[in-house]
Amino acid sequence: MENVLEVKDLVVRYDTDDGIVRAINGISFSIGRERTLGLVGETGAGKTTTALSILNLVPDPPGVISSGSIILDGKEILEMGEKELEHMRGNDVAMIFQDPMTALNPVITVGEQIAESVMLHEKLTKEKAMERAKEMLELVGISGSRAYDYPHQLSGGMKQRVVIAIALACHPSLLIADEPTTALDVTIQAQVLALIKELIDNNHMSMLMITHDLGVVAEVCDDVAVMYAGRIVEIGTADEVFNHTLHPYTEGLFDSLPNLRQRGEELIPIKGLMPDPMHLPEGCSFSPRCPYATEECHRALPELKLVNGTHYVACGRYADPSFRIRRNPDGK
Amino acid sequence: MENNVILEVKHLTKYFDTPKGKLHAVDDVSFSINRGETLGIVGESGCGKSTTGRTILKLIEPTSGQIIFNGTDITKYSERQMRKLRTDMQIIFQDPFSSLDPRQNIMQLISEPIREHHICKSKEEVQKRTLELMDIVGLARRFVNSYPHELDGGRRQRIGIARALSVNPKLIVCDEPVSALDVSIQAQILNLLKQLQRDIGLTYIFITHDLSVVRYFSDDIAVMYLGQMVEKSPSDKLFEKPMHPYTRALLSAIPLPIVGKEKPVRQLIRGEVTSPVNLPDRCRFLPRCSECLENCPNAKTPELIEVEPKHFVACHIYDC
Amino acid sequence: MKLFNKKKTDGTEMIGRSLGQETWRRLKKNKGAMMGIAFIILLLIGTALASIFYDYDKDIIGMTRDRFMAPNWQHPFGTDNMGRDIFARVIYGAKYSLFISFGSTLLGLIVGLALGAVAGYYGGLVDNIIMRLTDIFYSIPYIMIAVVVVSILGTSMSSLLFAMALGTFCNFARIGRASVMTVRDMEFVEAGRAIGLPTWKIILKHILPNCLSAIIVQTTLKVGSNIISASSLSFLGVGITPPTPEWGAMLSDGRSYIRSSGWMCLFPGLAIMFTVLALNLLGDGLRDAMDPKLKR
Repeated sequence: MENVLEVKDLVVRYDTDDGIVRAINGISFSIGRERTLGLVGETGAGKTTTALSILNLVPDPPGVISSGSIILDGKEILEMGEKELEHMRGNDVAMIFQDPMTALNPVITVGEQIAESVMLHEKLTKEKAMERAKEMLELVGISGSRAYDYPHQLSGGMKQRVVIAIALACHPSLLIADEPTTALDVTIQAQVLALIKELIDNNHMSMLMITHDLGVVAEVCDDVAVMYAGRIVEIGTADEVFNHTLHPYTEGLFDSLPNLRQRGEELIPIKGLMPDPMHLPEGCSFSPRCPYATEECHRALPELKLVNGTHYVACGRYADPSFRIRRNPDGK
Repeated sequence: MENNVILEVKHLTKYFDTPKGKLHAVDDVSFSINRGETLGIVGESGCGKSTTGRTILKLIEPTSGQIIFNGTDITKYSERQMRKLRTDMQIIFQDPFSSLDPRQNIMQLISEPIREHHICKSKEEVQKRTLELMDIVGLARRFVNSYPHELDGGRRQRIGIARALSVNPKLIVCDEPVSALDVSIQAQILNLLKQLQRDIGLTYIFITHDLSVVRYFSDDIAVMYLGQMVEKSPSDKLFEKPMHPYTRALLSAIPLPIVGKEKPVRQLIRGEVTSPVNLPDRCRFLPRCSECLENCPNAKTPELIEVEPKHFVACHIYDC
Repeated sequence: MKLFNKKKTDGTEMIGRSLGQETWRRLKKNKGAMMGIAFIILLLIGTALASIFYDYDKDIIGMTRDRFMAPNWQHPFGTDNMGRDIFARVIYGAKYSLFISFGSTLLGLIVGLALGAVAGYYGGLVDNIIMRLTDIFYSIPYIMIAVVVVSILGTSMSSLLFAMALGTFCNFARIGRASVMTVRDMEFVEAGRAIGLPTWKIILKHILPNCLSAIIVQTTLKVGSNIISASSLSFLGVGITPPTPEWGAMLSDGRSYIRSSGWMCLFPGLAIMFTVLALNLLGDGLRDAMDPKLKR
């Protein structure tokens, strides 16, 4: 199958005064046409750095993409010149940020902001662009007459809709959404997620959805990649990762969630904390927190291995064919 | 039965004057909590849940209503009188980054309430108690001289909890204590709070926007919308049989971490929360409600009535 | 409770490092600021030693022999119209310039900060009264204030100090008010109220320490500009009068001989320039070191 995006062995580090922060340590994944990949992980797992790398927007200094390749529609992004990059951003890839408050310019009307993005990538007159902007607003569920409003006149949910409209203005083939609903209330989150899903389907786009919320992933994603300390520890289809979980960290994430269906028992948190990316532990990064870890785990770094179908896991314990985690006793 | 009630709030109201008019932050809210139990207050941003919590502690002066703590009416208490009561009522803040003074180290932060209220007699005792508190909330003692900016969110929130615990309070208002934290850390903090309740018999008011957290935690749940309480019931009942259309919409909006099997169908509610300024006297959920009756637009604000034992709802569907 | 691993998960032992210590660590990396500090310390040591080991009237005035000598090995800065060694006078006089500028800044700082903190914390009418009062002082040029004060109180070191403090305090009142207002709304202030701290303790222990960085930076820069003000007042004859070797007064002395013996003006002028430069470098360095945005 043809892939929109292919990331191979990407390594990104930040050289700071205090030391080298190893943000991404060799990740590989791909997104198929009209597929949505969910990138799940906690703060500091390297999710946002991954997204910025795809747009080649890692702040430099201190950020350095030290190796790897990112191929978008058959073209290598890391070798593009500034002109090509500018053309690529917006036309081929668009990004939605977490905080809609800071993503919009407070002194320009939302209509003009959408029109501006339209004009950057298509040759249109200002009037035509403004017409398009109004159409875009209608598309994301805001009345076209609000094109002349300033961002502060809109609510948080509406601002995020405007941000989506700007991102979609040029029909990119890939949309990167970085925690697009984290700053919103649940009822608004539900509306925005439904909107994103609908627009992705109608425009035949692919999406990289970055989130910490497994519920959001279950809602919109076809495939899931779980990140921990700058590495992908488990990747597969949503069904594989949710219903046939393999990695102990993924299991820990599920166990930490309070169950909406049942009240009562103690939650099972993952013990300890995320490792400091300046001093990553030897061997498997998760081993100090892992309930299944053995001596071997503290020494050797596990590789991402295919288990079955499209389901990969990076866990040294699976060298033993009889190893199972609690959540998935069949191992399938 | 009566003396088991630790806090009773009657017709609590807080209006803020804004240039545009009266902002109804909290509008005629009443509830009571029994010793050792947890009341969850749920709602979206701007529903007045945080203002309710802060008004109970009199960090914000109420416009009208009554707050009765341990049988005493504290509504008219002065700042000075409140200061003594602070050992009984405490608060844990949402943001572990802004709620700790960045210039003080952990020792100073945790011992500050102890010193202020002269809970320990000597300096040595203060130190001993501080270290004890660090053990209780699960902060390694080696952090005693660290500063908040050197620690992660989970550890900072533990400092906030230790500060609240240091004066041996009876009631703690938890204002979104875990919403700024990662899931795995969130579970650690929730377990800690629950264990403390079991060990010391604390009473919590648990304010949150996250329904799954509140179910795990609360005996009773109150749902707020635009400053008013729209539904109040024992936790399990509310989840089994939500009655108010807003509660139902809220429950159905939560994205569940389930793929494929047995996934319930979503019902989206339209529109967004209206502005809380200058509200007319009618149902506040009306513009977004999908189940509203014919005469709802003309009717007054619905009152909270007991539809089933202990299950209160403010909706015209259940009036009659 | 076993929530934490016994083993160190992050590989390093945590050591407590306060914001003050971090600031110093960052400041040490700033060459300009370190040069500024070195210059000020040298000047302070020099003027202190000069005051201890020499008596001005006997050792420096008493040297009168060679007048109008150009700089040479014996008198590196030359001598003046009365044969006094200019190098000795500049070093010896540093204490007057520094004392007046530090003193007046400090006085203005204490008064201004107290007023600003009260205005910022309480707001409303109190805020209005205090801030309009400072606005009035703001709108009058400091030289005018100084001339009026000195003509009422007479020329002396203390009246100059007082006059300059009057011109300084409104700056600090503004900064104090602005920073108190930003800190006041932070959650840890509310947390202080929630544990039952009285207002004065909240202002003193939680609000002011957190406004410190802005205030320290402004103080450093203000000391620099007050050196210039003091010198200009002395130059105009409103400040310290001869024969006290204040830098501004020395400049004023040398003015009549500027064509024939330019060094009489040059060296006190350079002294003023370098001291102000050192203070400004230090102030800028402090601002960068304290900026939390540069962290990490």
